[in-house]
Amino acid sequence: MKPEKHVLTFLQGVRTGIPIAVGYVPTAVAFGATAKSTGIPDYVSVMMSLMVYAGASQFVGVNLLSVGAAWEIVVTTFLLNLRHFLMSASLSQRIPKGASRIGLALVSFGLTDETFSLASVRQEPQLRPAFLAGLNLTAFAAWNAGTWIGVFLSASLPAAIQAGMGIALYAMFIGLLVPSLKRSRAIVAISLLAAGMHAVLRWVPPFSGLSAGLDILIVTVAAAAAGALLFPKEEEPS
Amino acid sequence: MNSLWMLVALMAVVTYLPRMLPMVMFRRFKFPPFWKRFLRFIPYAALSALVFPGFLTSTGNPVSALAGGLAAFVLAWYRFNLMLIVLGGILGVMIWQSLYN
Repeated sequence: MKPEKHVLTFLQGVRTGIPIAVGYVPTAVAFGATAKSTGIPDYVSVMMSLMVYAGASQFVGVNLLSVGAAWEIVVTTFLLNLRHFLMSASLSQRIPKGASRIGLALVSFGLTDETFSLASVRQEPQLRPAFLAGLNLTAFAAWNAGTWIGVFLSASLPAAIQAGMGIALYAMFIGLLVPSLKRSRAIVAISLLAAGMHAVLRWVPPFSGLSAGLDILIVTVAAAAAGALLFPKEEEPS
Repeated sequence: MNSLWMLVALMAVVTYLPRMLPMVMFRRFKFPPFWKRFLRFIPYAALSALVFPGFLTSTGNPVSALAGGLAAFVLAWYRFNLMLIVLGGILGVMIWQSLYN
């Protein structure tokens, strides 16, 4: 498939990020409200969303903080987010030549499961840093607005607003994965393998103690490596 | 130095480095074909691992989560716009919950 436009702009990035915002706002409201309920100071939750900007580890962070742990939080955060190393390496191969290192260092701050997924399933062979910046901006703004609402306003929000919203980001992941399944047999095999392995790691006793982030890291490496071994003829994109 | 500030700063550092280093350092690196395919398959492996089985526990009730997930899957299969897929998933869960609560 030959895309009409090879150049993705900042504004296209901003618009592309809207489905992420739909998922991030309620998730971040839940984060803010959870943090508030544990009694940790408001500025800590707000600063976490501004500086750490990583959903799962922020939940774990406030949880461990409320029981008085500290070093464990840093180690857990590192392990939970190590999977972004792979995503960043994967994206690095699609950055056009001549992009500045400083620009990339800034843009990479906004790499999350969701922004990575949206960017990497694009058919355009190259992803300009400006496009990534726009995408990340929408997601980052939504995450921080949601956190703020959760910390300062959630007491006055009807509980019904959050009902059903837990599925939003998963629905988005499904929406990104399914069209690719129709495109390639290799992707079907890799997806089934990843889902199966993750179910085993999550549910079968000796493994089920692993943290969710570590699970995802292991499964992603194993399934992608298996795919690279099993499908040597898989043609290059573009 | 307030220790809570210190803690948030450390969390920020250990989160940022894995996000930043590969994008800045590997960009000009020519990977051999196996590793190229590996990196190209990462998104699909990660997406699938992110969805399953995590989505089952996303609504507090595995059956309503299944209803939402299925709605999203069908909409995605027929290539609806991503926004509609997200809204369809939410609606699937809400309809299920209002019917069986």
